[in-house]
Amino acid sequence: MTLYLFYFLSFVAILSALLVVFSKSPIHSILYLIITFFSIAGHYVLQNAQFLAAVHIIVYAGAIMVLFLYVIMLLNLNKETEPHKTNLAKMAAVICAGSMMVVLVASLKGASYLVAKPGNEIGLVKNLGKVLFNEFLLPFELSSILLLAAMVGVVMVGKQDHRTQILTNTPTTEANKTE
Amino acid sequence: MIPIDNYIWLSTVLFSIGVLGVLYRRNAIIIFACIELMLNAVNLLMVSFSNTLNDSRGQVFVFFIMAVAAAEVAVGLAILVMMYRKTKSVDIDILNRLKG
Repeated sequence: MTLYLFYFLSFVAILSALLVVFSKSPIHSILYLIITFFSIAGHYVLQNAQFLAAVHIIVYAGAIMVLFLYVIMLLNLNKETEPHKTNLAKMAAVICAGSMMVVLVASLKGASYLVAKPGNEIGLVKNLGKVLFNEFLLPFELSSILLLAAMVGVVMVGKQDHRTQILTNTPTTEANKTE
Repeated sequence: MIPIDNYIWLSTVLFSIGVLGVLYRRNAIIIFACIELMLNAVNLLMVSFSNTLNDSRGQVFVFFIMAVAAAEVAVGLAILVMMYRKTKSVDIDILNRLKG
């Protein structure tokens, strides 16, 4: 039963990941990416990582995907007329990705000899919290500083630059004056 | 219990699809989406190894990767919006102009 669920979720994940790459409209790509993320959350639940599944849905489907859709709609990019690469470059991309997959599979193949240890309690909030706040306390605090720095940086980058606006406006006003 | 080989295959395929998208498309937003796909493939692999070895540290790493991914997407999309303001396009090939 679990194995069938695994195959179903994997099929959905891979199919929608392919559709992310190959669909024409950016909005459709992002919507397929949301489907991929939900099936990955299903995989987390299959692996007894309930806390990570919840966090995954909240962070990715809730925050990051909304950000993507918001930017696409803000920039009004929902056109299917975007430029594409040449067929040669596309073929090279497919060959590169395929050979990289072969190399990765070949290098990771020996992992099935790993001895699985019993126990399915590690994904719960209690155990994760114990590890997170004892062993990984400093990285946890540093990640909060990272998020703060990212927030400040985004505000600084996204703000309209008044100086360049004045610089670009000045010649036109002077031109108007001379006219 | 699902054998770990299945998860290795799945996350390798997802990662390669992400690489394919980065190489295949010219739209910068889709490239960002494919980078997210690659991060998620790595997360999935890390969770499955942590489940197999019964070690919580893998899942804590996934937690940190999620935090970094959120920050990365926010900064990257802000840069993209600024680039769109200057060039009126999100075509990644236009960034050729950045070279010295």
